[in-house]
Amino acid sequence: MFYREAGDFKTSYVDDSQTFPIKFDRWRYYAVLAVAFGVVPFLINDYWANAVFVPFLIYAIAAIGLNILVGYCGQVSLGTGGFMAVGAYACYKLMTAFPEVSILIHVLLAGGITAGVGVLFGLPSLRIKGFYLAVATLAAQFFLVWLFNKVPWFYNYSASGQISAPERTILGHAVTGAATTAQAKYLFCLVLVVGLAWLARNLTRGTVGRKWMAIRDMDIAAEIIGVNPLTTKLSAFAISSFYIGVAGALFFSVYLGAVEVGEAFGIQKSFLILFMVIIGGLGSIFGSFAGAAFLVLLPVLLKNILVGQLDWPTDLAAHIELMIVGALIVIFLIAEPHGLAQLWRLAKEKLRLWPFPH
Amino acid sequence: MNVANSEGYTTADGRKIGGVLMEMKNITLRFGGVKAITDISFDIREGEIRAIIGPNGAGKSSMLNVISGFYVPQEGEVWFKGYKRGPMKPYQVARLGIARTFQNIALFDGMSVLDNIMTGRLTMMKSGLLSQALWWGGAQREETEHREKVEKIIDFLEIQPIRKTPVGRLPYGLKKRVELARALAAEPKLLLLDEPMAGMNVEEKEDMSRFILDVNDEFGTTIALIEHDMGVVMDLSDRVVVMDYGKKIGDGTPDEVRNNQDVIDAYLGVAHD
Repeated sequence: MFYREAGDFKTSYVDDSQTFPIKFDRWRYYAVLAVAFGVVPFLINDYWANAVFVPFLIYAIAAIGLNILVGYCGQVSLGTGGFMAVGAYACYKLMTAFPEVSILIHVLLAGGITAGVGVLFGLPSLRIKGFYLAVATLAAQFFLVWLFNKVPWFYNYSASGQISAPERTILGHAVTGAATTAQAKYLFCLVLVVGLAWLARNLTRGTVGRKWMAIRDMDIAAEIIGVNPLTTKLSAFAISSFYIGVAGALFFSVYLGAVEVGEAFGIQKSFLILFMVIIGGLGSIFGSFAGAAFLVLLPVLLKNILVGQLDWPTDLAAHIELMIVGALIVIFLIAEPHGLAQLWRLAKEKLRLWPFPH
Repeated sequence: MNVANSEGYTTADGRKIGGVLMEMKNITLRFGGVKAITDISFDIREGEIRAIIGPNGAGKSSMLNVISGFYVPQEGEVWFKGYKRGPMKPYQVARLGIARTFQNIALFDGMSVLDNIMTGRLTMMKSGLLSQALWWGGAQREETEHREKVEKIIDFLEIQPIRKTPVGRLPYGLKKRVELARALAAEPKLLLLDEPMAGMNVEEKEDMSRFILDVNDEFGTTIALIEHDMGVVMDLSDRVVVMDYGKKIGDGTPDEVRNNQDVIDAYLGVAHD
């Protein structure tokens, strides 16, 4: 009824290639932004920030990053946890070495450093593909975690082997450290998420994005039409790692505050983010958000229902919760292998014709 | 072959054919012990439609792969626009102005028709990563410019209604057309078509033939094609190279080739006595 293209004429190619070509979609998007910036900060408390919003936003950044690599460029990676660790440790070293510099710059620089490491571990992708590449990136995962455990310089020779974030402020508000308010954490992550998602959308719809997708869909044909596979694959690794590095830096400094590398950035993290990308939808920015939301919110929701509403014992609920999430993932992938983003797309196509499909 | 001197020649239908655009000199290509191509030389002239024909396994596709830089021949030289071409990666060959289509369609299934055709212009798009990320100024202007060119090709090949459709959903005949569009988007000097009409019905073949002639006529693109349908080859092409078992057995206008005894033997078989 409201969701239609009829009457919404595009008179320039710029209009035609915008992200949300349908007016209703555009307004819905602005409404979501308005709520996220204007309403949520006033309602948020520590529980909501730490259990729901902050992890969702940080995982969304990581999922966008991995989606660029796996979903857009078709290069499978199992090294996400390791790259997040690079971001976290780079951020930590920068925070302690240059305490007077803004944390925002540290986070972005940490992303840059991760991009460099990502390119290094992306080099094998020039010769190997698919499962074999996945195994090669798995090596990155184990090597990086080992490195951060083994070399005391990375954790500033602290006795526990952990890194913990000192307090840093932006515009007078603490965003890291013990005194951080829920609002500050949430807003800091939100600004980065919105900015990075917007950049990712621009990259994926333009020339670079087309190169990535060409390599993903048929690398031989891509090369024949003039795509240089070397620079294209490495640029995907670099940009993907940048996002993952930023996510790692935020995960450490804003969300957890203190990190032990094997616990926070182990292989489970790599799989978790890969699942987010697959369940959300490969090759879709929206899918990255949807997948992150699914895997962050579902356990919280189940826990609230099982423990809060049904009064089950906590340990039983925790086990059942794992089983339900696992079963849902399987059911979900059988029902819609292309993920939540595809469901969304189908719903939108149906909606265009509703209520008169003829 | 005396029609083709260095100044070019005029075809039967009165089109002017220019000088040599591409020349293959004594090309030999081996895969291990198997000789796919043995000592073949021929030239392709500017503005001409040149066909390569031959029975199955004659080495036609290998020849096309040599031209497009996918295979590097062990012996022989490839000359393009008057320069000898060293061993090159396929993407470098593409930047010289050689585009191609594939026998078994090689489109990017996950992308829309429009995006597929836009990939044909990737070599011409120069805006930097930062400009693209911000979608500001250069990148957006460039996108619009190239979109205009691509829209012309979409009009030309009459595929306007499907421009936003993902390629994976299209029927075979349309995919072939989109692939031609993608190759054309690169504004190639030389367009290589590997069996453009394979698996098509008569009507689709007629359409495709018309497009090939129109491309040659309107854009002045030089075309080299491989095709099994003899009727199509004889009607479309100006000159024909005939290959059999990796060797060249005939070269000339369709009429010359048709009356060449070696060619007849290769196609119809010959009594061994």
